[in-house]
Amino acid sequence: MRHGKRWAAAAAVLVTLAATGCGGAGGDGKVTLSYATWSDDQKPAMEAIAKAFEEKHPGIDVQVQVLPWPEYWSTLQVGAAGRTAPDAFWMLADQFPAYAKGNQLLDITDAVKTAGVDLAAYPKAVLDLYDVDGKLFGLPKDFDTNGIWFNKALFDKAGVAYPNENWTWDDARAAARKLTNPAAGVWGIAAPLDRQGGYYNSIYQAGGRVIGADGRAAIDSPEAISGLEFWTQLHADGSSPTLKQLSDTEAVQMFMDQKVAMYFSGSFWAQRLYGDQALRPHVGVAPLPKAKQRATMISGILNAGYAGTKHPKELAEFLIFASGRDAAVIQARSGAVLPAYRDTQQGWLDAMPEFNLKVFVDAVDYAVPLPIAGDAAKWTGLESQYLAPAWEGKQPAAEAARAYNKAINEVLAQ
Amino acid sequence: MITDVASSPPRRRTRRRGGGLLPSPGWGYLMIAPALVGLVALYVWPFLTTFGKSFMDVPAFGPGTFTGVDNYTELLGDERFWQALRNSALYTAILLLGLPVAVVLAALIEQVSRGRAGYRVLFFLPVVTLPVAVSMVWRFIYNGDFGLLNYVLSRLGVDGQYWVADATFTIWAVGVVGIWMSLGINLIILGAGLQSIPPDLYEASALDGAGRVRQFFRITLPLLSPSLFLVTVLTVISALQMFDLIFVMLRSVNNTALADSKTIVYLFYEKAFVEFDQGYAAAIAIVLLMVIMVATLVQFRLQRRWVFYD
Repeated sequence: MRHGKRWAAAAAVLVTLAATGCGGAGGDGKVTLSYATWSDDQKPAMEAIAKAFEEKHPGIDVQVQVLPWPEYWSTLQVGAAGRTAPDAFWMLADQFPAYAKGNQLLDITDAVKTAGVDLAAYPKAVLDLYDVDGKLFGLPKDFDTNGIWFNKALFDKAGVAYPNENWTWDDARAAARKLTNPAAGVWGIAAPLDRQGGYYNSIYQAGGRVIGADGRAAIDSPEAISGLEFWTQLHADGSSPTLKQLSDTEAVQMFMDQKVAMYFSGSFWAQRLYGDQALRPHVGVAPLPKAKQRATMISGILNAGYAGTKHPKELAEFLIFASGRDAAVIQARSGAVLPAYRDTQQGWLDAMPEFNLKVFVDAVDYAVPLPIAGDAAKWTGLESQYLAPAWEGKQPAAEAARAYNKAINEVLAQ
Repeated sequence: MITDVASSPPRRRTRRRGGGLLPSPGWGYLMIAPALVGLVALYVWPFLTTFGKSFMDVPAFGPGTFTGVDNYTELLGDERFWQALRNSALYTAILLLGLPVAVVLAALIEQVSRGRAGYRVLFFLPVVTLPVAVSMVWRFIYNGDFGLLNYVLSRLGVDGQYWVADATFTIWAVGVVGIWMSLGINLIILGAGLQSIPPDLYEASALDGAGRVRQFFRITLPLLSPSLFLVTVLTVISALQMFDLIFVMLRSVNNTALADSKTIVYLFYEKAFVEFDQGYAAAIAIVLLMVIMVATLVQFRLQRRWVFYD
């Protein structure tokens, strides 16, 4: 019963949070908009954006709220169903279809047209992630691509040359093996079961796809299987901590503890890695290795609005502003994320000059939108059940891929 | 009660105030209204909507469509549901195993002549600590590579395990935390039960030559059985509803053990809030309610055999 009470209390807190998020006109006739996010790191930048907006629109008050990540989506869902959702909020591509289909998002197509926003200023791959029949339900706030985060000190110690833009899978695998030093408790690479930073990239690098052109799963094609094998081989070589180890201590923590020499992941770690004074001088960045071709996933947060808002006009103005050039410059300067708006990324690069972060911006040229289809949350939730045995060496990657492919198609058919 | 008051001849006090303090039964309803509104709004209404939703296919947003018992038939054929039910049952069994520990500890604390309150506070602290904070600390203790538990075991020459990343151990690891967290409440209830046992029974039995152990089994345990029964019922109900420990201790991108360690409420959470499948989640909630009802009913039936009321 006590657990139940706790759960009930947590639910009550969520509802309260959502309730406080409901927009309303203040006593002095001011319009109040709430803006929900999940990142403490980005709070200062978001507040600066809100302030800049308020200066231009004296009648509007924007309140930034940070919800903890585990509760963010349940809060938003409950809030939307109970008509108390925040006015503006961050949206992710895999959650987007449910909200768009459920008519929960404010259509800002006309407002964007009237304001004369140049859509070409945003990476097309990110816009495509949020495209529903040509309607706009928000504008991209930021984007992230992937690269190799590597530890120069560990490379130097093992006498291995740093990764460069010509690296192939074979180079990465050989380097990982050489860098691994069990006596010192050091592994060449962290090979977690990671879609966005991991095996989705290698599937596309091998010329495969996750979801085929026909809208059905394509993870069992020979190319996709070789993309999975890139990771299972790293485990077979003993070049990575096991999945159990990576479960107890997450890959980024292993990298920060200087236990792994390479971590393939997103640009979004830059600020955290840069903030670690001891680690900072050792961190290098290189493009992901290529196989048949170069590829990286691209994703990005959408600034979206709630369809049930009391102030649709003001909200549309705010969304356009929060994804516009001025806001992008504020974000870039803070170093928190790579802003989506064209040519504002320099500020982000300048914020952390010691890191070769240009890799992540250049990666836009060969970036692929994160594959989303049907009930994405449901089938990605099955990933661990089907693919972990391959990562753990208990099952050949091809078998795991075929079983997972079947499971994805079953979800998509529902 | 209310009509009694209303129909009884007005007392002096009410007459003196002129209007009559309790003119009609309506007043009584007004008095309980705050509690009643809370009960209906927070329990009855959600229960009814959940019950209704369990017979519908409900999308993330918008109204659902009636699908009869589809959710229930799907549930009964879903291996993930049965596994979650087994996990919850195992967790409940582990927590029940912790009850003898609580009885012994409660008896020991009663023996302490000085600083009894201090011990109670120590055991009660986990109860008033944020479960999330507790879970985070235990996550560190259970860490396979750097955890305290494995360090202690290695000093004893025992091989460590990945306690919360290996499905063989997860429910046991979480169960130990559950026992530890519920110990404080159980000690309070059992301690009160112990204090209500008349001391002369011990004196009399000592004169008859009963030893400490015999006293424990012949006097303490039978007279404690009502408290023990209460604790057992509460433990089973709370254990079947366990969610937070799994949520915080096992949720990690790479925890391959999570798929095999979900409890029934965790499955509910995932269906309702991650997969947006509210109808199916509602069916899970209703089935859980029935499981808890049956488990509690069975216990009330069984109590006649072992609970001693004087």
